[in-house]
Amino acid sequence: MKTILHIIKKEFLQFKRDPKMFSITLFAPILQLIFFGYAATLDLNLVPTIIYDQDKTVTSRKLIEEFIGSGFFEIEHYADNYKETQKYIEEGKSLVAIVIPQNFEKRIYRRETASLQAIFNGSFGNSSNIAAGYVTKVVTKYSRQIVSNYLDISGRKFIPAGSIDAEIRVWYNPELKTRNFMVPAIVGLLISVITLLLTTLAIVKEKEVGTLEQLIVTPIKPIQLIIGKLVPFVILGFISVSIVIIAMNIIFGIAVRGNVFFLFFSAFLYILSTLGLGLFVSTISKTQQQAMMISVFAVLMPMNFLSGFAFPLENMPIPIQMLSYIIPLKYFINITRGVILKGTGLAVHWPDALALLTIGLVILFLSALRFKKRLE
Amino acid sequence: MNSIEVKNLTKKFGNFTSVDNISFNVKQAEIFGFLGANGAGKSTTIKMLCGILEPTLGDAIVEGQSVAKNPDRVKQNIGYMSQRFSLYNDLAVGENLDFFGGVYGLSNQKLNERKKWVLKIANLEGKENLLTGSLPGGIKQRLALGAAVIHQPGIVFLDEPTSGVDPISRRNFWELINELSSEGTTVFVTTHYLEEAEFCNNIIFIDDGKLIAEGNPKTLKTKYLDKPILEVECSSVIEALVILEKSPFVDETSIFGNNIHIIVNEKYVEEKQITALLEKQNNITVKKISKIVPTLEDVFIHLLEMDKKK
Repeated sequence: MKTILHIIKKEFLQFKRDPKMFSITLFAPILQLIFFGYAATLDLNLVPTIIYDQDKTVTSRKLIEEFIGSGFFEIEHYADNYKETQKYIEEGKSLVAIVIPQNFEKRIYRRETASLQAIFNGSFGNSSNIAAGYVTKVVTKYSRQIVSNYLDISGRKFIPAGSIDAEIRVWYNPELKTRNFMVPAIVGLLISVITLLLTTLAIVKEKEVGTLEQLIVTPIKPIQLIIGKLVPFVILGFISVSIVIIAMNIIFGIAVRGNVFFLFFSAFLYILSTLGLGLFVSTISKTQQQAMMISVFAVLMPMNFLSGFAFPLENMPIPIQMLSYIIPLKYFINITRGVILKGTGLAVHWPDALALLTIGLVILFLSALRFKKRLE
Repeated sequence: MNSIEVKNLTKKFGNFTSVDNISFNVKQAEIFGFLGANGAGKSTTIKMLCGILEPTLGDAIVEGQSVAKNPDRVKQNIGYMSQRFSLYNDLAVGENLDFFGGVYGLSNQKLNERKKWVLKIANLEGKENLLTGSLPGGIKQRLALGAAVIHQPGIVFLDEPTSGVDPISRRNFWELINELSSEGTTVFVTTHYLEEAEFCNNIIFIDDGKLIAEGNPKTLKTKYLDKPILEVECSSVIEALVILEKSPFVDETSIFGNNIHIIVNEKYVEEKQITALLEKQNNITVKKISKIVPTLEDVFIHLLEMDKKK
């Protein structure tokens, strides 16, 4: 026990001497939070739009006003010909072109179906999709108005046809902001980086400079060395989680709705896996560069993609979905999103917690065994 | 009393035998030289003696503990210093000593006492707050040795401790080794500097994992090199070497700086044989020929040549 304390103390002293490392742990979480919070957004607030009104009538102008009034569209330009419209889309100045054809008003007065052309720049698939939704919303509203006006004028009574209006309420993230979805997951991302990367680097550094050789000939037992090496990074991991949670609240106003202790407890379960992976990477790398590359490209990146951090797992092919079941980050992100946004706790998340515990113990045990073998 | 007793120690890695059935003893408080070319099996042997590598066959008793049965007990009673500087560069001198002292389980009082001693031998008194990485090479080396014996082990293993250190620091370092030995610590040292091996009380040579010679420096020179050895100073050293190698009265040749050392056999009678060969037949000027007392380097090369011929 005393030996372990000596190792932990030494780790912290070394850590203190490395100001770069120190600031990485303290400031990187906040920076990441800000980057992800502001930049990683899939939301579309104002659609840059070009309008080519061939009709130029009261009705068409009214429709345009509807578009402006909806608050979703920003009209970049009013085109006079088709070529100009095309140019705006091609150059990416507009995401949507609305073309109102000639005889638009006439057709409406004749009670015929009037059509409207909306052209989208499909190279921004997601944004176009959202914009199309906005367009449909505006047009639907406008056509209803026309119908009810017509009924009023003709003196007939408006008989509501059996239509169903869906009243949509979004729980947990009422504004449907990507940020609210991303930021809680960053907690998981951060612990991964700090515990996995720093652990690996700290061990491989000793290998590289030769101090590990010296430690091996001392009476330190491999298990003491492993614990002594890992504990400091568990503590650092917790510190950066705390920083992120506080910063999350101050900067974005996202507070933890659930139990903070359960969040930390799950973080601990998750750290078992990342430390195990870090230990494993340290046994297969000879230099710190190698360790860095392997950690980032072979462990962290695939883990992020397969965890549902950014891309929904439900859309992935079945074999990849199967693979995601052994990715611990997946379970931890479930928990952080749940606890932070929904306020759920152990009652809901016990399967996630159990998965984390199992995967963590298996990875840590196997890695420790391999590490011990390598030492001998 | 023996500090180490090695019996039939063998280490195999698959089909490759790194250490092949070696046996030797190291006496308490002596300076013991362990010599061999790179890849001869030196590091593997040291690792086994330190209890960090399990022998395939055989055993060694180090400070009364068997490396095969009680490797953990062995570790408590030995010190080890490698060719690479192995203290933490990013810790202060005192912090390094605290750490290693702590790892060996020294009490606070004992630790303070030993820290003072280490700082003294490394000329670092009052400088324990200096960052270890900022120290000059020679000082670092002494500090590393001090740290290796902070727990006062019966024996200390030094694996090429002076490689990459300037000659003056090397000399100072050997004074320190002598001091340790006179205080009763056994010093087990490997080196590539054969003039350093002359300072050892006893030496063993290993090659290809086998022990090929043992004894003190004096007996090594007489026992293993009984033929006369000559130093030839001449122009065109390389050419002369090739010619001498082929002549019937020469057994072995080797280059020492600008000179050639040759081991001659019974066909050699007088210097004229050499001058005749080089000057008259090949136009090489011979400046000087002298019979010399062999150095350990001569013995070492001779032994390796003999082993190769076998």
